Amino acid sequence: MCLGMPGKVIEITEEDGLLMGKVDYSGSVSTTCLSYCGDVEVGQYVIVHAGFAISVLDEDSAKETLEYFRQMAEEAAKDGKDILDSPLSESGNT
Amino acid sequence: MKYIDEFRDSKIAKYLIGEIDKITTRHWVIMELCGGQTHTIVQHGIDQLLPKQIELVHGPGCPVCVTPLDVLDQAIEIAKMPNVIFTSFGDMLRVPGSTSDLLKVKSQGGDVRIVYSPLEAVKIAKENPAKEVVFFAIGFETTAPGNAMAVLHAQKEGLKNFSELVSHVMVPPAMEAILSSPSNRIDGFLAAGHVCTVMGYWEYEPIAEKYKVPIVPTGFEPVDMLEGIYLVIKQLEEENYHVVNQYKRSITREGNIHAQKSISEVYEVIDKNWRGIGEIPMSGMKIREKYKTFDAAQKFNVGSIKTDESSICISGEILQGLKKPNECPAFGNECTPVHPLGATMVSSEGACAAYHKYQRYHKVGV
Ligand code: SF4
Repeated sequence: MCLGMPGKVIEITEEDGLLMGKVDYSGSVSTTCLSYCGDVEVGQYVIVHAGFAISVLDEDSAKETLEYFRQMAEEAAKDGKDILDSPLSESGNT
Repeated sequence: MKYIDEFRDSKIAKYLIGEIDKITTRHWVIMELCGGQTHTIVQHGIDQLLPKQIELVHGPGCPVCVTPLDVLDQAIEIAKMPNVIFTSFGDMLRVPGSTSDLLKVKSQGGDVRIVYSPLEAVKIAKENPAKEVVFFAIGFETTAPGNAMAVLHAQKEGLKNFSELVSHVMVPPAMEAILSSPSNRIDGFLAAGHVCTVMGYWEYEPIAEKYKVPIVPTGFEPVDMLEGIYLVIKQLEEENYHVVNQYKRSITREGNIHAQKSISEVYEVIDKNWRGIGEIPMSGMKIREKYKTFDAAQKFNVGSIKTDESSICISGEILQGLKKPNECPAFGNECTPVHPLGATMVSSEGACAAYHKYQRYHKVGV
């Protein structure tokens, strides 16, 4: 219940005076109350908890963090080995 | 950007583990406060990848696990009533009460229904005017906004047959209870990213200062958790004790003001009993007098229930970070997800369930 999930807002509607919408989690779509994120726009990502969006994710901040870490990881890899003194694996995501 | 895979990048994860390794000089105990984070740690083996001196312990961050037995027994009593449709999030159904659980009530003919949102329960009430519809409103600050909205919406719709059995708990008082305990061994916290998304993190600033403990509101993907751990260790090594926000894409200092307004409109703060831990002052919520017609505890007279807890279960110590699930003699023996003895095994977010799912039968680290 407590596991919040990021999903993409694909539709915004109003139902019985509540701001509702459809949120897509990589293919599975569910109806979500958007009332707590009044300024959300279609195409943005929200964190959804038990049927309610509680935040609109800030893409700039996410990109900035990832970009910084990627650069640092690459610098570390330039020495031919990573900081743990073992070769960096080429595998993608864990 | 889908906000999932990008934060599971193994190169970044490795880089962060290396950075943590570089700065760690001694033994530190870090507690994560959310069941979702416990799962990320165990699923990705983060505890095994970190330097040996870092010990991760799992806090009381599973709302199902800390819901007191007497409230569960109340829920079961209400669900048995003939005119009641009892609605709940799915993970409460199998949690053992003293003598039964909600799933058994359902199999014995009780009208118990799983909902994914409290608004579904309001809808069921609207469609069934002759029935009493009760929603089991449990959880941390993350589910409170939705549960508050359900009451506000039911009121707007003029529904007289909707009520909530409320057992809400709040994180900051639990942290203080852990920190002020004489047996406390926590050096730093990863605060729960979604609780902070709702409530902001300003409430944690005085705690960090008072107990000299770094607090890092953290997200749920491996890269988030590793960065969170790095930010805690860095502060500990440098003797800094502040709140540093790791999960900037979702959390602001003030949090979601609209959600907070609804919560305080509907609920008031009370002393609260936590399963396995005991009473923590000002750590729970109840429905305000103004909305008492929506309070199932007042509507249905199921006041004094005598509870009976399994004597083997050490989930209380696990929830306070004193022990790990695989230190429990019943773990994987008498107690499994199919036959759970305690709530930390039955809830998918519980630490015992996580250890069982990822087969952590042995202790790691120091
Ligand atoms: S393994 Fe079972 S009995 Fe032991 S602490 Fe966990 S829930 Fe309780």
